[in-house]
Amino acid sequence: MSLLSKKNMGFVKDPLMDNNPIATQVLGICSALAVTVQLQTAMVMSIAVIIVLAFSNVLISLVRNKVPSNIRIIVELAIIATLVILVDQVLKAYLYDISKQLSVFVGLIITNCIVLGRAEAFALQNKPWPSFLDGVGNGLGYSMILITVAFGRELLGSGSLFGIQVIPDAAYAAGYQNMGLMVLAPGAFILLGLIIWVQRTLTGTVGD
Amino acid sequence: MENLISLFVESVFVNNILLAYFLGMCSFLAVSKRVDTAIGLGAAVIFVEVITVPVNWALNHYLLAPGALAWAGLPDVDLSFLGFISYIAVIAALVQLVEMIVDRYSPALYTALGIFLPLIAVNCAILGASLFMVEREYTFVESTVFGLGSGIGFAMAITAMAAIREKLRYSHIPDGLRGLGITMLITGLMAMAFMSFSGISL
Repeated sequence: MSLLSKKNMGFVKDPLMDNNPIATQVLGICSALAVTVQLQTAMVMSIAVIIVLAFSNVLISLVRNKVPSNIRIIVELAIIATLVILVDQVLKAYLYDISKQLSVFVGLIITNCIVLGRAEAFALQNKPWPSFLDGVGNGLGYSMILITVAFGRELLGSGSLFGIQVIPDAAYAAGYQNMGLMVLAPGAFILLGLIIWVQRTLTGTVGD
Repeated sequence: MENLISLFVESVFVNNILLAYFLGMCSFLAVSKRVDTAIGLGAAVIFVEVITVPVNWALNHYLLAPGALAWAGLPDVDLSFLGFISYIAVIAALVQLVEMIVDRYSPALYTALGIFLPLIAVNCAILGASLFMVEREYTFVESTVFGLGSGIGFAMAITAMAAIREKLRYSHIPDGLRGLGITMLITGLMAMAFMSFSGISL
């Protein structure tokens, strides 16, 4: 089987839309909302989650036949926590300002349900390479929602994208105002609710 | 004493760990379908928060923080990078311990909490409270009060949500919005309501 066969690419493509971890599987919402006030933090958070998810899947898949099933959760948590510490130290060293803004939410990748969820549901039954692709795919699916929410919140809440003002001054002069609600917590909930509505209408998923 | 009361009120209402910081959303969405299970999970979270936050405070204060090992003659050692893995280990171990103790001395409570106790180990709200405690440099008493407050805040939010969702079952909702979508919108409205507390200062 070649490394990028159709079946393998399916592991990457499937979680982007049809089986999105946030909108369909209801995983990982915890951190999805807190870091989305600005696009920049959302982007850094997405990359961190993709890295942790891909490598934790690979490592867990490598040890899957050696770990007794009754202590597997502890082993998985130890692997994930180690990866998160690495990511956190790298962020502190090279992107100190952003790591300050992300504050506790980098650490909370440990308890992000996506990571443990994919480890339990996929990596424990599959070989390392498909697990890696599954991790990347789910990470990208997560990032897609995160960046969409951040795009909406930064544009409507602060009138800028990546910290650069995009709404012209003329619009403000004509009476346009930034939507303060979007910067606060309720804006995130409502925006995500609406995105899920669109996504589920497109894929035809019906909740209970 | 006064600042403890205001810290408590703040962590329950103003800075509600769920509605203002989005922590514990996964279990909030998964377990808010019935009021009685929501109360069970809420009680378990309060219980575990009150124990883990002070224990992690002690761990950070005596072992991990920069210079914390001065009592062992090692004032230059900084182990704070081990924080995440230590806190999650403490939480997982304590949850296991609490489960065994509750099972031994109060079987009734054990059946009531049921499967929620083991699940709490991976609840973001628990680890989040410990990490906030470290970041905001609380004292031992403050961290106990903060643990209690954020636990109660979580329990209150999830119970209210479960009550709303029980009523929601009888309403007609567009297909795509059913389930997760409408729950997020309602959570947004709840968060807005809780924001009105932010004017209160003690």
